[in-house]
Amino acid sequence: MTTSALSETLVLPSPHAHGGSSVSRAMTRVQLALLPATLFGFWMFGWPGINIFVITIGSCLAAELLCQRLMQVRSSLGDGSAILTGWLLALSLPPWAPWWIGVLGGLIAIILGKQVFGGIGQNLFNPAMVARVALLVSFPVVMTQWVVPQPINTPSAPGFVDSLRITLSSPAVPDAIASASLLGHTKTEASRGIDLLHSLAAANAPAPSWAGLRAGSLGESASLLLLGGGLFLLLTGVITWHIPVAVLAGIALPALIGHAANPAHYLSAGVHLLSGASILGAFFIATDYVTSPNTTLGQLIFGFFVGLLTWIIRTWGGYPEGMAFAVLLMNAMTPVIDRFVKPRILGRTRAGKPLDIPEEKEA
Amino acid sequence: MGILEKIFGKHWGVHPDDHKRPAADLPIKRLPVPPRVYVPLSQHVGALARPIVMVGQDVLKGQCIAEAQGNISSPVHASTSGRVVAIGEIPAPHPSGLPVQAITIASDMEDRWIECEPVADPFSLTPQEIAKRVAAAGIVGLGGATFPSAVKLALGLRSKIRTLIVNGSECEPYLSCDDRLMRDRAEGIIKGVRVILHATGAREAKVGIEDNKPEAIEAMRVAAASFKEITICPVPARYPMGSDRQLIVELTGKEVPSDARAADVGVIVHNVGTAYAVHEAIYHGRPLVSRVMTLNGGAVAQPGNYEVPIGTLVDDLFAFCGGLKGTADRFIMGGPMMGSVLPHLQVPVVKGTAGILALTAAEVAEREPDPCIRCGSCIRACPMGLLPLEMSAHIRADDLPGADDLGLRDCIACGCCAYVCPSHIPLVQYFYHAKGELSARQRAQLRQESSKKLVAARAERLERESREKAEAAARRKAERDAAKKAAAAAAAAEAATAPPSTATAIDGEPA
Repeated sequence: MTTSALSETLVLPSPHAHGGSSVSRAMTRVQLALLPATLFGFWMFGWPGINIFVITIGSCLAAELLCQRLMQVRSSLGDGSAILTGWLLALSLPPWAPWWIGVLGGLIAIILGKQVFGGIGQNLFNPAMVARVALLVSFPVVMTQWVVPQPINTPSAPGFVDSLRITLSSPAVPDAIASASLLGHTKTEASRGIDLLHSLAAANAPAPSWAGLRAGSLGESASLLLLGGGLFLLLTGVITWHIPVAVLAGIALPALIGHAANPAHYLSAGVHLLSGASILGAFFIATDYVTSPNTTLGQLIFGFFVGLLTWIIRTWGGYPEGMAFAVLLMNAMTPVIDRFVKPRILGRTRAGKPLDIPEEKEA
Repeated sequence: MGILEKIFGKHWGVHPDDHKRPAADLPIKRLPVPPRVYVPLSQHVGALARPIVMVGQDVLKGQCIAEAQGNISSPVHASTSGRVVAIGEIPAPHPSGLPVQAITIASDMEDRWIECEPVADPFSLTPQEIAKRVAAAGIVGLGGATFPSAVKLALGLRSKIRTLIVNGSECEPYLSCDDRLMRDRAEGIIKGVRVILHATGAREAKVGIEDNKPEAIEAMRVAAASFKEITICPVPARYPMGSDRQLIVELTGKEVPSDARAADVGVIVHNVGTAYAVHEAIYHGRPLVSRVMTLNGGAVAQPGNYEVPIGTLVDDLFAFCGGLKGTADRFIMGGPMMGSVLPHLQVPVVKGTAGILALTAAEVAEREPDPCIRCGSCIRACPMGLLPLEMSAHIRADDLPGADDLGLRDCIACGCCAYVCPSHIPLVQYFYHAKGELSARQRAQLRQESSKKLVAARAERLERESREKAEAAARRKAERDAAKKAAAAAAAAEAATAPPSTATAIDGEPA
């Protein structure tokens, strides 16, 4: 047998079968799971929302293509990860955000959030959240300009041409449709010394709703649809229950305790879960493979602290919403968690020592 | 699988498409005698068998042609009658195709058996006598491990064995030889199990069979009905259920410590094929000269189970079984999860060959690997509780001790991690590479240490020798000086008193 034939056969390692999963299949399933809530966002906020969605994803794809050209590596546009990053970022943006928010966000997400680390699988922080936080810190006014939902089929909704004007020239949002999210409203009122009992009872207070017909980011509000998407991901095995359950528990438990102790100061668990990015974050953002711990126990710890930090930032922080900050903070903790939390190997103790040989009982 | 189990259930292992039927539903066919058999001298774990026949010698089927040497070894027997035409190297049934020592027998097509010594009542034999006969029959673990069975029986006598686990789980996809054996020869298996029980002193036998083989479970239940010490235990079909440690946990709840053997927790595991071979050896006096194996895969014309003489060329096997249809991407010896690629078809089947597969490219589904996305599928799939993605990252960075600390040595190479990997990373290859490299480094280190010891010993010896030489020289010098001094003193004394000197001279005379 010649050496060349030898090396040829040696590069065929077992197993000689494959379960059929692939990166692009997982990404496609996540996108499928996001689709209902996204379509609902399109319907609720109309054409401007669609514009910013398309622009953000386009920017992500362009950034990915550019980086891989420059680095001269195999293009991975087909795996769907850049689309997903852009998608998640777009869902977390104000629906009437101007075009440059989408472009800048896409560039930050892909270049600073992902490619400088070495591309897919190498990044420390969730790219979409890096971009969202960078935008929020840099452009706080634009990034918190919420509008009252104007379903696309209602006469007051902006038409396609109007939407281009909104997206491209970003005029000031008319007062009539400017709105605050529930978290933003209570935070502003609290800073004026009005407690929750009064601020929530006020006529202009937004109400929490499962359906999601509320002011907020493009795709964060339809809690029920997002929950459905999350269950789809659980059932198809794309994610496991550990992170979502831990995140929701991390938000709900302190909220329950706080609200029971002082309802004038602390929002109820229900409001917390239905507001902001709770559901989107728990099922779609904190569960990002690359930036979360890889053991189940590690995921529970990670998720709980994402939830807890979200609640802490919402309650005492300067920003009304804290999910993105919480996720980034815990992303930074992920290597530490992975270092200290390891699964138990069969036949060994948690510390890695072999189990003791059991004594023979009759002996 | 219910929704709740799907979300919250236990996750180790994988559920590959089993591809066992239709091959599993056809009765076992006997392969006719091939024109030549090539019987390798090493078909087992342990030392090579030593040939005891010569080229040109006529042998009968079942005649021992090479005997065991050393504590862990196994003899091999002629798998048909004929003449020994060569003793030498042939290509190994291994991806390398490197040569192995083998005895080639040209068949006389008569397939005449040697005189066999059946035992009517095996329970009159002592356990030692049974182990001796099992050893003489050349029986090795037929599940694929090929560890000499008699050694395992003897081990059972030394440690207290409570439970014999009979492994009929056959979790590898495509393979159905154990399934078929249980359906067609359940009685023989049960007889073999009872002999092993007697030989090990175990009180109970549990036969683990995956629940995707209802016919085999039924057949074994019928055969074992009158023996209450034997229980047939259906286990969930999940790969790698047939791995010793996993099956022991499933059937007894006991976990074998990582540095111990199953016998240390009072358990011993034998494959159903091995039990059947024990039955043949004890009740009929026949050594292991053939085995049932599965021929399967998308490129095989007539999939099925065949009883094949040991040493038959894979090529002859295909020729008899209708050859190929379509293009085979690769030929595998064993199952698709752990089997190895055959370099070509001119290699013999051996005792550990549970199947030969001809897989199409679509079945193999090989692809260029993508970067790891840390999805953690491999961690959930790993039946040993390892972190395949972390280990492979360490190995890629050539940090083998780091991979070792993560439990590389506990890896059983089952392939679950690579099977589920969405990025198609060849994780098992990483682990094989690292294990080989680590043991090579360890050997090199041992060598280095021992040569260091030798060098140190030599230096010490040289130093000692030169020291001793110097001491001896010093002593001699001192003696010389002393003698000189004494002589001088004597001379002085002589000068002083002459007569005593004469007396001294006379005293000095030997008596």
